[in-house]
Amino acid sequence: MNSAISLSLSSASPITVRSYDGAASSSSSSDLFFRNNSAPSQLRFCGLKREAFSGCKSSSNAVLLKQLRQNTKISASLSGNGTPSKGFDYDLVIIGAGVGGHGAALHAVEKGLKTAIIEGDVVGGTCVNRGCVPSKALLAVSGRMRELQNEHHMKSFGLQVAAAGYDRQGVADHAENLATKIRNNLTNSLKSLGVDILAGVGTVVGPQKVKYGKVGGSETVITAKDIIIATGSVPFVPKGVEVDGKTVITSDHALKLETVPEWIVIVGSGYIGLEFSDVYTALGSEVTFVEALDQLMPGFDPEIGKLAQRVLINPRKIDYHTGVFATKITPAKDGKPVTIELIDAKTKEPKDTLEVDAALIATGRAPFTQGLGLENVNVETQRGFIPVDERMRVIDSKGELVPHLYCIGDANGKMMLAHAASAQGISVVEQVSGKDHVLNHLSIPAACFTHPEISMVGLTEPQAREKAEKEGFEIGIAKTSFKANTKALAENEGEGIAKLIYRPDNGEILGVHIFGMHAADLIHEASNAIALGTRVQDIKYAVHAHPTLSEVIDELFKSAKVKNDVSCAVAEPIAV
Amino acid sequence: MSSSLLQPRAPPSLSSSSSISGTKPQWRFTSLPAVTFTRRARNSTVNAKIREIFMPALSSTMTEGKIVSWIKSEGDVLSKGESVVVVESDKADMDVETFYDGILAAIVVPEGESAPVGAPIGLLAETEAEIEEARAKAASSGGSSPPTTAADAPVAAPPPSAPVAAPPTPAAAPVVADGPRKIVLTPYAKKLAKQHKVDISKVVGTGPFGRITPADVEAAAGITPVKSKPPPVTAPAVTAAAAPAKSAPTFAEIPGATVVPFTTMQAAVSKNMIESLSVPTFRVGYPVMTDALDALYAKVKSKGVTMTALLAKAAAMALAQHPVVNASCKDGKSFTYNSSINIAVAVAINGGLITPVLQDADKLDLYLLSEKWKELVEKARSKQLQPHEYNSGTFTLSNLGMFGVDRFDAILPPGQGAIMAVGASKPTPVADKDGYFSVKNQMLVNVTADHRIVYGADLAAFLKTFAKIVQEPDSLTM
Repeated sequence: MNSAISLSLSSASPITVRSYDGAASSSSSSDLFFRNNSAPSQLRFCGLKREAFSGCKSSSNAVLLKQLRQNTKISASLSGNGTPSKGFDYDLVIIGAGVGGHGAALHAVEKGLKTAIIEGDVVGGTCVNRGCVPSKALLAVSGRMRELQNEHHMKSFGLQVAAAGYDRQGVADHAENLATKIRNNLTNSLKSLGVDILAGVGTVVGPQKVKYGKVGGSETVITAKDIIIATGSVPFVPKGVEVDGKTVITSDHALKLETVPEWIVIVGSGYIGLEFSDVYTALGSEVTFVEALDQLMPGFDPEIGKLAQRVLINPRKIDYHTGVFATKITPAKDGKPVTIELIDAKTKEPKDTLEVDAALIATGRAPFTQGLGLENVNVETQRGFIPVDERMRVIDSKGELVPHLYCIGDANGKMMLAHAASAQGISVVEQVSGKDHVLNHLSIPAACFTHPEISMVGLTEPQAREKAEKEGFEIGIAKTSFKANTKALAENEGEGIAKLIYRPDNGEILGVHIFGMHAADLIHEASNAIALGTRVQDIKYAVHAHPTLSEVIDELFKSAKVKNDVSCAVAEPIAV
Repeated sequence: MSSSLLQPRAPPSLSSSSSISGTKPQWRFTSLPAVTFTRRARNSTVNAKIREIFMPALSSTMTEGKIVSWIKSEGDVLSKGESVVVVESDKADMDVETFYDGILAAIVVPEGESAPVGAPIGLLAETEAEIEEARAKAASSGGSSPPTTAADAPVAAPPPSAPVAAPPTPAAAPVVADGPRKIVLTPYAKKLAKQHKVDISKVVGTGPFGRITPADVEAAAGITPVKSKPPPVTAPAVTAAAAPAKSAPTFAEIPGATVVPFTTMQAAVSKNMIESLSVPTFRVGYPVMTDALDALYAKVKSKGVTMTALLAKAAAMALAQHPVVNASCKDGKSFTYNSSINIAVAVAINGGLITPVLQDADKLDLYLLSEKWKELVEKARSKQLQPHEYNSGTFTLSNLGMFGVDRFDAILPPGQGAIMAVGASKPTPVADKDGYFSVKNQMLVNVTADHRIVYGADLAAFLKTFAKIVQEPDSLTM
């Protein structure tokens, strides 16, 4: 607690200093403005922080959070990690310790539930070990390489940089080290909260009953009032593709960066494919995309996709084949290159055979739901996914809800994102601790960490138009450019747009799409607005620091035209 | 963010996606008249369907726009609604779509150039038959904006000579070795081939499995990476670092060696040096007494005259009398006599080599030349040299005298007829025709020349003139 307070003081202290020796003349007019107001605001700032600390349990400040957890642990251990409900070993058992399971476990402990988490592999799941986390390490490298190699860019800053090079192993180690660190953090946070981590493969053996243990070893059966399945997914490999882990690889292998091929085919141009194209081209590879749909980046808003293609694909050493399936991919062997047979996605006629150095299969992810014992509770998967309702309650083969059984994350396929899994887990915990909760998936942001980044929340323009047509309302589109943003121009990163799709009649935000510098960090203002039901006419009066990239979003809200006769401040969450 | 500029005159309201509602004002251009499209019918043939593509007004404050990129190339078939060109306004880049089917006959304003709002930037033909007509129109309408695209430029107008530009017929167009084979191009090679209009069927791939690499295309196009428009990612160094073992399998590896990839400048030098092997050269040396020159130098040094300027001036004056030494052989079939005498002077710079050019060195006086030289050296140091300031040389001067080198042999840069290597001036005992010895300052100069156009006697005569000018240097100051 002390450290938290000193933290808030230390972050406030620069302001204090500035207000007293503020005669220092280098300040700009905005600083001047700040200075005039600094003394009272600083006081309030501290007071607020203290309050926030004692009351709020979802602060995003890392130090605060850590303190909070230790705090909770103390109070939790008094009651012994929750007392299980009568007749059960646990209140809640979570199968799978990925980001979804972890989020659910943390929230469960906070709610006083006695919680166990079963993990057959390593804590952290795909995200931490084979997904988001190590890929961010690689992308951090690729972003820097890109900058250093862009002579023109550097020159415009007046910087001179000699030819930038890299050490592959060093890059790979960075990714590996990051994954290890985050995995340890996750494990420690579970342990410190007193969550039981049960090693082994978990299987549902009946209602409210789970067994776990090493395959072929001894197994233990435990009972739980509620069970959450959070087993996640694995890379999807289409049939005809032979993965050897060396020249034909999935993201699992690619993240280890064992080689940087001179020419690599990436099958699939979604988030994963796009991010890897960013990494590989920055490290000197040439990339060919193979996409089954007629255009690249099919998941994105078409306008954003078009711009992204112009910036992320066209000027780079990338070409692409769209509207084709890769029917057969053979790894390199006996001195032959990797061969990829392509057929037309519509006519199924052979189109081409590619001969390259490597192929990365980024055709999406398949749910990891085998061996879960779902047959014991009469649940049939659909293409591997576990069917659930909007409250993540598992539906059996007769279409009825299975009591006390939930499924979150990639395994249910609703929205295959780490933070969506975690949000679903929190939603389930809310429900089992007696408070109904439905997660609004349209408020969950998504981001692609290319350079520059792409982010989005809510509907794309075509989706919004379809919905508008069906429900009989009009939509409005507003756009702002990074080119008009001071901070972006200072960084020489004027490329990018933000786009808002909204209802002019009531100011509801339907979707926001951003392509540009730090887009992934900028999206949250919009996703929070959607989650809280904030309307354009309200949020447009919120103030943004100048000069920051957030002004792109500020301007976006301000440029939306909402009809005047709208009743303001109706803050109701939109359930979907 | 897409707009449509291919509109019939008196356009109906635009129906592009962004104009529907609530857009920011600067992106609304429904009401702006400049987004129009005339039929050529007004000025000439009634039936011709050649449409002009105009620079659209993308914002109310926009007066001119820059073509970021042509999404379509000349000859591409366009269908309604397709994006044709990306235009940068003062606010943003926008895709501009066509409202007509047709063929992009001519690009009037190439990528990277600007045009005022309303000016024609391209021509759209309805049928193939009209393409020629459209191109002729584009060519005649020239005036301010060149009719050729950026991609054409390097082919169309080679500068008199360029240290970084290859001869037009590069290293004998390689022949396809064995029978019909599948042509495999890497993605970047494909882009380069399109950009430089290289016929890939004539390129022999040197990459793994015989694939055509970017370097192969660049070699075929006769360009070096330095000249090409800098792509966002210039990663030749990285590629080399990524696979150092593959390229040179024959060399024994010495443990502990470090591999440092070429900088772009070093890569350009390397490429030029390899290219120079295709030129038959020979060398002629000549001793020159410099006592008089040294005396002159001592006199004018205080006025800012450098030895480099003196030597360049002397060489230029000698070249004026021997134009063949200032000529170049571009195609192996003819002499190209250069109209000006541009002395390139080799300068070692931070691990690289560059040749700033003293243009019209024969015409400028010594003091102007010295000033010019100082300016060029400063620019070279700060990497500010413009291409014409380093690739327009017709004769190169290389001086290692200051290092005590008494003689050396220079390699002839591709595209030039001759290069002069100047050694140190040293006190040397010389015997005159009567057999009397004396000690004179003597420097050895050694000229390397292209024997296709410059013969031994030419060089000998040129050197004699040069020696005379240096030995009686009064003419230098005139």
